[in-house]
Formats: sequence, structure tokens, C-alpha cells
Amino acid sequence: MSKHKLTQLKALEAESIHIIREVVAEFRNPVMLYSVGKDSSVLVHLARKAFYPAPLPFSLLHVDTGFKFKEMYDFRDAFCEEIGANLIVRKNDDAISKGMNPKEFGVARCCGALKTQGLLDALEEGGYDAAFGGARRDEEKSRAKERVFSMRDEFGQWDPKNQRPELWNIYNGRIHDGESVRVFPISNWTEMDIWSYIREENIPIVPLYFAKERPMIERGDMLIPYYEENKDQYLEGEEPTMVMSRFRTLGCSPCTGAVRSDATNMDEIVIEAAASKRSERETRIIDHGSNSMEDKKKEGYF
Amino acid sequence: MTKANFDLVKEIELLRLVTVGSVDDGKSTLIGRLLIDTKGAFEDQLMAVRKQKGTTTVSSAADIDLAMLTDGLSAEREQGITIDVAYRYFATPKRKFIMADCPGHEQYTRNMVTGSSTANAAIILIDARHGVLAQTKRHTHILGLLGIPHLIVAVNKMDLVDYDQSTFEKIREEMDEYCAKQGIKDLICTPMSALTGDMVTIRGENMDWYEGDTLLETLESLSVLDDLDEKPFRMPVQLVNRPQTSDLPDYRGFMGTIASGTIKVGDAITVVPSGLSSTVKEIVTFDGNLEEAFAPQSITLTLNDNIDISRGDMLVHTGEPTTGEKSLIANVCWIGDEPLERRKKYIIKHTTRQVKALVDDVVFKREIHTLEKEDADALAMNEIGQIRFKLQQPLNCDSYADNRMTGSFIIIDSFTNNTVGAGMIV
Repeated sequence: MSKHKLTQLKALEAESIHIIREVVAEFRNPVMLYSVGKDSSVLVHLARKAFYPAPLPFSLLHVDTGFKFKEMYDFRDAFCEEIGANLIVRKNDDAISKGMNPKEFGVARCCGALKTQGLLDALEEGGYDAAFGGARRDEEKSRAKERVFSMRDEFGQWDPKNQRPELWNIYNGRIHDGESVRVFPISNWTEMDIWSYIREENIPIVPLYFAKERPMIERGDMLIPYYEENKDQYLEGEEPTMVMSRFRTLGCSPCTGAVRSDATNMDEIVIEAAASKRSERETRIIDHGSNSMEDKKKEGYF
Repeated sequence: MTKANFDLVKEIELLRLVTVGSVDDGKSTLIGRLLIDTKGAFEDQLMAVRKQKGTTTVSSAADIDLAMLTDGLSAEREQGITIDVAYRYFATPKRKFIMADCPGHEQYTRNMVTGSSTANAAIILIDARHGVLAQTKRHTHILGLLGIPHLIVAVNKMDLVDYDQSTFEKIREEMDEYCAKQGIKDLICTPMSALTGDMVTIRGENMDWYEGDTLLETLESLSVLDDLDEKPFRMPVQLVNRPQTSDLPDYRGFMGTIASGTIKVGDAITVVPSGLSSTVKEIVTFDGNLEEAFAPQSITLTLNDNIDISRGDMLVHTGEPTTGEKSLIANVCWIGDEPLERRKKYIIKHTTRQVKALVDDVVFKREIHTLEKEDADALAMNEIGQIRFKLQQPLNCDSYADNRMTGSFIIIDSFTNNTVGAGMIV
């Protein structure tokens, strides 16, 4: 009988570190996509562990839509400075200058321009051959199908019917010029693992994840955070009320709902996550629609 | 969950599981049953795939179009088949399960191999009405080759054969015989009905003649402790860490995942293939230095001597060498569109090293049904055989039977860059 064993979180951690190191060893110019959310916080933490005591051997890339929560921008800048990361921020300036927004143009078109196109442009501009992302397979049914090393053609597109076999922990990083890979080191983590790990490792996260009285628009079952500067994005007659609430995932402020919650610290968040009966993506407006995530991913969405 | 549970949750073990079989065997129903009964699927996800759009609650597998839950790609839902592996996650108070749900159709064998290679346990589904099919044998043979420690044969749809014990026993005998021929031991056979839940998560009242555990009890009690940490120490070097910062001008750390064994500060190590030796100075991690580390931890080692080590080298305990030949013989599962042929050249990636390889000989091809060896010059897609390779440089490896990490490799087509084969060293 073996006397050494890793807890499941430590086993996941070891697997993720292995993946991150393989990419740095085999690719010319990797970058880590950084969305400022809790999964990004975990991903960056794992990368710091992988290369300790050296600094991160790649930059963090935030594809900004301009619609993120103010608390996210504040957190991002302070966090990157504290850990000494090189942060690159890119926006689809062309679409932003044309006034792209979810209310007038529709959520799908807005996401397509500000997130997908913004990401593809930023990856091309940087000449990156590998981009780490914090997507998890438990999030959504098309993500459940994705490899750890996910091949992209010259147009940044995913071909889900023709994915490369992926055996043991031996990753095939060979690509042709112009192709790239998206790499998902936390593929096997669940939402519960993420929260438990954040709690155990004291990983800093955006304060919006903790419950507080916040101004919210109540639209059907959804709680939409109210911001004075987003006033144009709310529907006629919608008025904010104060609601004790927090966010399970963070995206763009007009399109990310909050949940009613009294969880003000990490212990309470983990307890709440363990009891939750609804998936976290439920609060993301873009996911609603039969194939929406798969279609977005084929086009190059992260 | 309460605060007192945090320490218990920390102790939860991970079991990597694979399910094989086709949709017709009731695989989706079984997975749906496990997800619903262990609360591995969320209400909003279940509501999105309910059969009756009007209903407001989902309480049993029968209310749900389970294939819609597991077949995540639009092409799969269009065709009603599973094309690629889907990964599912569920947990009980004892364990977290990562379940690779694999396609059954022969043309997607490559995806089945992908889902199985890392598994600790496999569930092979059989429809009680149809018994052991060619497909069942193919899957079982591949799982045996991949060395999956625990195989569970789930004889499903027992409700459709009136829970008849002799039907079950006949299937069990046939599977026992097939597995014995290739040396697979510890086969567990369980009768069940995924639709009613009998013997999946509950015992039910229909199969009192069966004295074994339910499927979930089996999954919770299988040993996940391998003896990986007691095997010889092997650490393939992924990268050399040279921060070259003002604090650490001369630091050289060797980064890698321990493939097997245990390493302590002060241990004598040898680098293969160079044969250079030193002793371990520090075991470095972000959380502080360790006195001892073991598989499968990802660590950084510093040594007491400044010796030449780079990616692709392997660190071993002095006196516990690997093989290091310029040829190797391996069982190969071929998953490329173009056949493997004698004299063709490929790239082999073994641990962190890539070498050019030439197919020197197809020793034999394995006939899946009889398990007989056949003469052959090539392996077509989905065929399995034993291959002798000539290597451009020696590879330091172990046999797959001794060590899954240092005994496995992938075969890459250097023209397409695709992964075309899975190799298990004999």
C-alpha cells in the first residue's frame, strides 16, 4: 500500500503545472489570456507556482471590451503590479469607436466584435503561437468536449469534429506556421474545485465575488448590476434597488447577472457553491441559445 | 456542507474514470443517472434538456433527453451519435470523479483511446439483450492494452430481460474468458438497469440474486492508490529554470513532474542518457522547499554539482537505470488516417523527448475477436499490433507494464503533425 498520496486539489494542481510548463518548453511565443475573473486568478497562481522562483516567462493578455466592472479594472491593475506580471491590454478599437454595445447591436454581435474579434486581432498582432485560457470543461457542454491542447487554424477557428487525439500526459505541440493552440490547464477543475482552491491558497479575487448590498435591476429571474454610466443599457422603466448579492462569474457589466447571497467570505462562498443547484453560467446572458457557445468557439471565441 | 467539513473535503481522492459503449447500450442514460443521483448536473442544465417543455421539475432520468445532456456538439445531436470524448465531473462525499464519456463507433476509436489513456477505472457497457459484441471486445482489448487498473463490465437493461440471472451469468462467463486470454484480472461484472436505477446507485429489489456492490459503491471503493511512489524514481526534465535575476544570478533548477518514485534531499541521482551524477540539494516549490517529493508532484530540483542537463533528459536514482536502446518494441494502437507501414518514418514523443523513428518491422497484428497474432506489413486505422522501431537516438524508458508514464509514447506524423499512434513499450 502506497504511503504517499495527493489530495484531489493537489493532484489537479500538479497536472496544471505540468501542462503550463510543457507549453513554455515547446512554443516560441506563448501568452496567458487574463480575464480578471476567479478562474484567471487561479490560472495565474498556478503559473507562478510552475516557474517559481523565476518570474512568469510570458505576458498576461486582457482582451478588454470597455464594459467590464470598474472593480475588475482596479483589481487587475493592482494585482498585476503586485505580482510583477507584464500586462497587455487590447481592445477592438474599431468596433468601440462605432459605438458597439449589447443593447443596440444585440449580445451575440457585441460579443463577436468585442471579445472574439478583439481576441483574434490581439493574438495575431502579438504573433502568439500558444494562448493559455482558463476555460473549464464543467462549464458548458461544448467545453466538455475540448482538448487541453486545442488546435486552431490560421483563422483561429476550432474544428470540433476533428480534434487531435490526446494521450496520457504527453501533449503534441507540433504545429504548422500560422496555426496556433489554445491551452486549457484547468480543464479538469470544477467550480467547486476553483472556490476550494482559492480558499485554501488565499488567492486574491475581485471583491464583487463577495456578497454586499449592491444596486441591482431585477429583470425576470436575473439580477443585473446597476451602474450610472451604463444607464443607456437598461430597459425603459427599470430602476435599481439595493440587493444583498454577489457574482458567481464575472464578464461584462451589462451582460452578467448577480445572485442573491449572504456569502461575505471564502468559507461561506465554498459552502454556498457546494449547495448550489444552478450552474454558474446561468448568469451569463450570452450562453442562452441552443448552440451559442459551440458556434462562438468555432469562430475563435475563447 | 458546514465548516467542520472543510478538512474532510480536503481529503477527497480523485478517480479518473472512462465509460465505453454506444448510445444504444444506454450509456447516456447511465451517465445521466450518475450525474442526477450524485447532483453532478445542475438544475438549469437539466431543465434545458427536459423532454416535456412544460414541466418545471426534473427528478428522474426518465424526464430528460439524456443524450442531449452528454452530446455537446451540434453534429452529435444531429446524427444521434457520440463523436468525441466528453468529460463529466461528479463527486460523492468520498471521491471526485473525472469521467471521460467515450464514443462507441469504430471510426471514433481514436477518441476512445484519448479518453481512456489516463483512466484508473473503466466501465464497459453491455446491453443485456445483445450480449458481448465485436465492439465490446475491441474496447476491452484496448483498455487491457492501456493497462487500466480496474475494469467494470456493466450489464445494462436488465429490466428488458426480466432481471434474468442466467442472461447475466452467460455474459459474465464470456467476458471472463475473453479477459483471461489477455491476462486481464480483477474484472468486476455488475447487472443493472440505468433506467430504473437498480444496482447503479440503489440496490433495488429485482436482483437479489446478485451479491456484489452497486456500481456507485464499487466506484467509491476501488483502490485509487497505485504503487507509483514505490517504483524507481523517474523525473523527465521539462525545463531548466534559470531566472538570471539579481537575487538568483547562478540559480539552475530542473523542472518536471515526477513520473514515478520518491526523491529526498541528499539522494544520489544520475542523468540519463548522459550518465552524469550528482546529489539533490533542494526540492523547490512555491510553497517552500520540501524534504521529500513523490509522483505525480510537479517540482523543481537543484543539485550540488553543476552538470549538463536539458529538456528531454531524465533524472533517476543512481543505480536504478532505465533501458536506453536505439530500438524498441511496442504494442501500438494505430489511430492515423494513413496506415502505418514498414520503413515509414515518424516522430516519437516519449515523456519530454522527441526522436525520429523508423518502422523496422510489424511483428504481428492482433485479430480482435480471437486475439490471434497475424502476419502483417501495415496497420490500418483502429488496428492494433506489435511494432519494432529503429530510433535515431536512444530512448530511456521502462516497459509499460512496469510504468505507465515512462513506458508510453505517442507517434506523430511529421508531415501533418497529427498524433497517429499510441505506443506501449513491451
